[in-house]
Amino acid sequence: MHIVVCIKQVPDPSQARIDRETGMVIREGVDKITNPFDLYALEEALRLKEAQGGKVTALSMGPPAAAEVLRDAIAMGVDHGVLLSARGFAGADTLATSYTLAQAIRRLADVHLIICGKQAADGDTAQVGPGLAANLDIPHITQVRKIAQITKESLQVERLTDTGYEAIEVNLPAVITVVKEINEPRLPGLRGMMRAKKAEIQVWGPEEIDADETRIGLKGSPTQVWRTFEPEIHRKGEMLTGTPSEQAAALWERLRAL
Amino acid sequence: MDYFLTEEQQMIKELAARIADEKIKPVAAELDEKEEFPWELMEVLAESDLFAVWVPEEYGGLGGGVFEQALVVEELSRACSGVAVSYAASGLGSFPILMFGSEAQKQQYMPDIANGKRLAAFALTEAGAGSDVSGITTTATLDGDEYVLNGTKQWITNGGEADIYTVIAVTDKTKGARGASAFIVEKGTPGLSFGKKEKKLGIRASSTTEVIFENCRIPKENRLGREGMGFIIAMKTFDKTRPGIGAQAVGIAQGALDEAVQYARQRVQFDQPISSFQGIQFMLADMATQVEAARALVYSVARLVDSGARDVSKAAAMAKLFASDVCMKVTVDAVQILGGYGYMREYPVEKMMRDAKITQIYEGTNQIQRSIIALELIKEAARKSK
Repeated sequence: MHIVVCIKQVPDPSQARIDRETGMVIREGVDKITNPFDLYALEEALRLKEAQGGKVTALSMGPPAAAEVLRDAIAMGVDHGVLLSARGFAGADTLATSYTLAQAIRRLADVHLIICGKQAADGDTAQVGPGLAANLDIPHITQVRKIAQITKESLQVERLTDTGYEAIEVNLPAVITVVKEINEPRLPGLRGMMRAKKAEIQVWGPEEIDADETRIGLKGSPTQVWRTFEPEIHRKGEMLTGTPSEQAAALWERLRAL
Repeated sequence: MDYFLTEEQQMIKELAARIADEKIKPVAAELDEKEEFPWELMEVLAESDLFAVWVPEEYGGLGGGVFEQALVVEELSRACSGVAVSYAASGLGSFPILMFGSEAQKQQYMPDIANGKRLAAFALTEAGAGSDVSGITTTATLDGDEYVLNGTKQWITNGGEADIYTVIAVTDKTKGARGASAFIVEKGTPGLSFGKKEKKLGIRASSTTEVIFENCRIPKENRLGREGMGFIIAMKTFDKTRPGIGAQAVGIAQGALDEAVQYARQRVQFDQPISSFQGIQFMLADMATQVEAARALVYSVARLVDSGARDVSKAAAMAKLFASDVCMKVTVDAVQILGGYGYMREYPVEKMMRDAKITQIYEGTNQIQRSIIALELIKEAARKSK
């Protein structure tokens, strides 16, 4: 079984700041880490590999420095890292990113399962997982909290919903996005870290993945961020004071007036 | 301070620090309260390959030594020295095998210790034999192809939890200090059992028990080194492990210092943070200076031991002595800075103060360390004056 995990390097959310002028996340001078949700995706892939055999490839798109998150993934136990990095990929929105990652997965070939974190901690869109499935024309399930069963042909999962969960079976290959309830990500081991230090990270550009130049990077990105703002809260709370019975009486009056 | 760690040593330190902060700190108070052996954390350390750092590559390790182990012990001790000592005791139990074991013994035992599958322990102390190790009464009598062990060891760290015990026992009563030998005894051997788990002041997550031998028969091949080498093996082992106790002490003290600095910045009295008072500032400055001096000594000695230098007993004793005395003082001062809160179990420093005390006692009391240092000084002077 060949599992691909899509991971993203993001600014450490605990140090996050936004440029009010441009509405963009400030990436300079902030530590960069693996998107926290992606760690659950990596852990789940590694558990499946340990139980079923096979290999795990971590895939990321970003500047050359993003190879760091692929090394961290290798330290956890991932077999290979592939980085999509080229000038032409820069400025991609979720549409272009989904297309680009899909092209890379086509090149990887013989992929049974693609696992993503439920969303990235910087953009928070949760669109790339489903977008990837659309590009590859395969099914997807978001918000997976448990993999109940997996064979080479199919997958049974529990999908988290607002009211409980759904049990879903799907044919493979498929894309799933996972939530943090699914597992507890492991720490890397020293042997893994040493292997990661020496590991060769494959770097692919548009040519290697046979990409349509009009669908990648800024050219392939119709999204424009107009403004980023904190929504104003119009509802106002009011504290009722006095003894419990006075408060109850005041509340009753308020409700009756509605 | 920069101690010029290699890339690999930096990696070891950072990984141990991450485990200390993410996995150990959140459960340290609970482990202390429940006095539970931290098996889950031992598994985390095993999966992270930290048991491999002091084991040569040919026996399944990563090829480091005393210094690498000290880096791990220091970081773990910042969070919980009960966890750290359970880890370090596997080193204490395995150094005799590494230093004096035959090729076959090393091949048999070290890979499992290096990957954390099996913990080791070291059994020397007895009820009547603490500082005076020549007082041990546990015997090992050769009977055909087997040694028969009888006697009771006391206060054995990892007792009952470890799978591999290196045991010092008397093989020839007439020879005094030259009449003891070292053996490997595996858990599960008939005649080996464990006494009650001791209730301790500190390091309460760790297991400390009696180890009891009643006609416990082990194959002759389980003897380490030659007959009569028992005490030499024990002393050479302590030369390797005393810097580790120093590292444990540095780690506890650093943990207490960190808590004290953080608290002093937040605690407001007389309308200002107490860190603005010179009385507190001077205490913090002294604590930090002492911790750094202890660390510098421990690191230097650990590196000296790893260099293969001969006659490291004095240096190893100094590292253990100085760091543990600093640890006791710094943790007491940390409790003082936190005041009433420091005395409460809701805050971590009272545990650190309790944990600190053992570092002045075990692997040779600090009085024994001073004796070792003084005797070496006198010997060195005598050699020069010849």
